[in-house]
Amino acid sequence: MNATLTKTESPTAQPTQRVSYVTPPANIREDQDGYVLEAEMPGVGKDGLQITVENGELILLGRRTAAEPAGTQVYRESRRADYRRVFELDSSIDTGKISAKMEQGVLTLRLPKSDSVKPRQIPVTD
Amino acid sequence: MSLIRYQLPEASNWPSFDRLSTVRDEIDRLFDLSWPTRDSGLFSGWSPALDVHDDKENFVVHLELPGMKKEDINLSLHDGMLTVSGERKQEREQKNGGSFRSERYFGKFQRSVTLPALVDASKVSASYKDGVLIVTLPKSEEAKPKQIEVSVS
Repeated sequence: MNATLTKTESPTAQPTQRVSYVTPPANIREDQDGYVLEAEMPGVGKDGLQITVENGELILLGRRTAAEPAGTQVYRESRRADYRRVFELDSSIDTGKISAKMEQGVLTLRLPKSDSVKPRQIPVTD
Repeated sequence: MSLIRYQLPEASNWPSFDRLSTVRDEIDRLFDLSWPTRDSGLFSGWSPALDVHDDKENFVVHLELPGMKKEDINLSLHDGMLTVSGERKQEREQKNGGSFRSERYFGKFQRSVTLPALVDASKVSASYKDGVLIVTLPKSEEAKPKQIEVSVS
């Protein structure tokens, strides 16, 4: 389980707290226009997603939106922790044009390359 | 054009007293990714996480199945055993590019669970939302908890 230290605001609470996260499995592929990233976060709806680009890093945070089922637990394999994963972004990615889609627990991010790094033909003039 | 020296993305700015927990996190992450399977024998590649809850009236089975199509999920109930099977198909739109990371599993899966008590097979219902399959299996009348009044004479 992936874990990160987060600082709590309240002065009475412990200064740091260990928060556990599930690392979502991801696929990344590249094509001419950019990269496509898919991350699996079952139990996370559109509203539970938080995608941040900061200091050349892409931070994915998925909060489970479904309520804990009622009744007593008979058997359990899944984890209730939220999802978090950080990716380092290539400098060729145009961070202003990143688009995201969430479908049945799979987040698909399209990370287009900026026009300046795409291959380009330069015509020769007389 | 410039060459940038490679740095571990998260480890670079960490104060030294946090190093141990960073190492621990990295090891945790490694374990987390390399053994995601709970082998069920036949199809060992993908074994979606399964939960069972009991709310007195029903058994509620949750299965984490991200990125499936509804019609690719099969449910069957036989002798008090619920079996969920299906196949996750990869949408191939590979042009001439490379793959950097391939951690998602595509292909067939099958999970079975024997329910702790009798259920009414005709009233079983299922829903699929946000990549989670929820199967609600109402208990048969004999299996529901009953209050028995004992009169003292």
